[in-house]
Amino acid sequence: MSTSLATEPLLELRGVNKSFGSVHVLHDVDFRVHAGQVTSLIGDNGAGKSTLVKSIAGIHPIDSGEIRFEGEDVAIRGPRDAAELGIEFVYQDLSLCENLDVVQNMFLGRERLRRGLLDKSSMEQAARDTLATLGVRTVKSVRQPIRSLSGGQRQTVAIARAVLWNSRIVVLDEPTAALGVAQTEQVLALVRRLADQGLGVVLVSHNMNDVMSVSDRVSAMYLGRMAADIEVTASTTKEQLVGLITSGQRAGNPTTDTHGDDT
Amino acid sequence: MHEETAVADFGLDTTPRSLADVAHDAIARFRGGDLGPVPALLAIVTLVAVFGLANPSTFLSVGNFANLLEQASAVIVIAMAVSFSLLLGEIDLAAGFTAGVAAAVMATRLQDGWDLPSAVLLSAVVAVALGMFTGFMVAKVGIPSFVVTLANFLIFQGILLLLVKEGGTVGIDSELIRDMVGASLSPTQSWIFVVIALALFAAFEVRTQRASHGAVPMSLVAMKVAGTTAVAVIATLLLNENRALARANIEIKGMPVVVPLVLLLLVSITFVLDNTRAGRHLYAVGGNAEAARRAGIRVDRIKLAAFTACGLLAGVGGYFLASQINSVSATTGANDTLLLAVGAAVIGGTSLFGGKGRMINAALGGLVLALIDNGLPLVGKRSVFWLVEVDFSSSGVKAIAAGLALLVAASVDALSRKSAG
Ligand SMILES: Nc1ncnc2c1ncn2[C@@H]1O[C@H](COP(=O)(O)OP(=O)(O)O)[C@@H](O)[C@H]1O
Ligand SMILES: [Mg+2]
Repeated sequence: MSTSLATEPLLELRGVNKSFGSVHVLHDVDFRVHAGQVTSLIGDNGAGKSTLVKSIAGIHPIDSGEIRFEGEDVAIRGPRDAAELGIEFVYQDLSLCENLDVVQNMFLGRERLRRGLLDKSSMEQAARDTLATLGVRTVKSVRQPIRSLSGGQRQTVAIARAVLWNSRIVVLDEPTAALGVAQTEQVLALVRRLADQGLGVVLVSHNMNDVMSVSDRVSAMYLGRMAADIEVTASTTKEQLVGLITSGQRAGNPTTDTHGDDT
Repeated sequence: MHEETAVADFGLDTTPRSLADVAHDAIARFRGGDLGPVPALLAIVTLVAVFGLANPSTFLSVGNFANLLEQASAVIVIAMAVSFSLLLGEIDLAAGFTAGVAAAVMATRLQDGWDLPSAVLLSAVVAVALGMFTGFMVAKVGIPSFVVTLANFLIFQGILLLLVKEGGTVGIDSELIRDMVGASLSPTQSWIFVVIALALFAAFEVRTQRASHGAVPMSLVAMKVAGTTAVAVIATLLLNENRALARANIEIKGMPVVVPLVLLLLVSITFVLDNTRAGRHLYAVGGNAEAARRAGIRVDRIKLAAFTACGLLAGVGGYFLASQINSVSATTGANDTLLLAVGAAVIGGTSLFGGKGRMINAALGGLVLALIDNGLPLVGKRSVFWLVEVDFSSSGVKAIAAGLALLVAASVDALSRKSAG
């Protein structure tokens, strides 16, 4: 493993185990997230990616193992603990209210008040500012209801919502799964910008092109174990990543055939 | 060039828009299936025109106009109550009997010599308790509201029967309750009320315009205020005419007090829904309960609160029902009360699927149903398409008309949801 220890990870998991009843899903998993980097989490269907990120988000608290945030031991027992640490989760299936507008969704559950009443103009300004800092050009009005937005725009709003809260880490589970080519590109550009602004970004993805284009590091899971944690460099190839997914091993060289019958 | 930078910075929010832009947006929303209260407004205009042509002397009389507003008041208030359940994407089929029980509690307490404030307080507490009970069963136990309130329909009806005794009628002796539906402001008071209400409305519209950074054009505000003023002034002029029968030696004139009462309820509830966290969360839960839950909203609490508000408001509707006939019986809030209330909300544009609707919808829908109820009998016997003779004053025709209006409104709701999907 080519682990660079130049910087301390923002979030570090060590020896994490998680079972659902008798199904042991995560086996002694180690995982690191660095500030300012996009760490992609790859793996076949059922490898345990969603379970891992949900344990970080407090949705599925871990059974055993250590979690360190900025070098300190922390316990993430629920979504509130995660939110308090500044870990925000962008769900795979969109979690926006279609009947509410962009501002209302971005502040949902954390509305700003003034003298006990909703402070609409301050929220609107903050929503606009956040979208502007993220360089979002696709959402024309923050007063549009979500119903009127495209899939890519909705994902953009969901991501912008996650960074509105001085968050430190943003976790995205397959954010482009339901999007077309152009929209995928927009969302990936946004993902990259989040990292460039200093956040730690975790991107769960199936799509090797997506992973190659935005990631600084790639962690590969295989049957519930962490198979590899590599830095993405100019010499990293798609075939290597595919090898990690299908066999849990690094292909010796880029010319290695993929095993079509490997299930 | 200028325009490009503007759009990048959410130009639609910060660059002034013209009336044409706004109209364009409205048409786009309309095409997208978001009709809002427009169908109800069209229905009101159409019904007034049709009934006015069919029987101008009676339907278009001032007395009938005042009568119509008083007829509509109870249904409108109960429709506002039901709207709380509809906004959640749930329903309260027992709201009519909640109204009946609250009215009966008040009437029997008054009969036993309680003073009005105590009687009203107790009945309000009962209405709140009934609403909370529904909310608890739906939110905490997890029974579909359809089933809970169907059961409550029977239970509350039973409570009402026990309170008023089988076949009994409890008269109401309180002047204040009797005057809710029936009394009128003096012509001077009517004008004072209209002027204050219009001034507040204009001030609110201008404030919204200022906060919109030009997204709402001033000309639109001017049109809205001018239109509302015209309607209010004409209505007040009419209502300030003497509407007592020619032979009577007293005068009846001025705005029925139900108008300011219902408006006060409507405006204050709308304000709460639009400006508080709880109101925002109610819309969120109705729009997407799972998204609301993920955003940290306690969905069960919102449901509990909404059904509680529904109960309380239905109870207030009960006072209007009681005031209409100055008594409470086993039929108070029974029969078609609930169907008319649900119908009013939906006809006004509130969605049955949750997250969409406003209190004004209940008011407009309530007026539509009151118009049908009030206008049809005045049409009398007519042949339809020269084929069949129909007696429009029969209650059968009335019931069919109200039911069809609800079906049409629900179809609009369902279809608009599809086209937005
Ligand atoms: N809530 C759950 N209860 C039981 N088993 C689960 C649950 N969530 C996930 N699993 C199981 O855990 C394994 C890993 O699932 P998941 O983390 O969703 O994988 P991935 O996201 O990599 O496709 C699968 O075998 C799945 O069936
Ligand atoms: Mg998954």
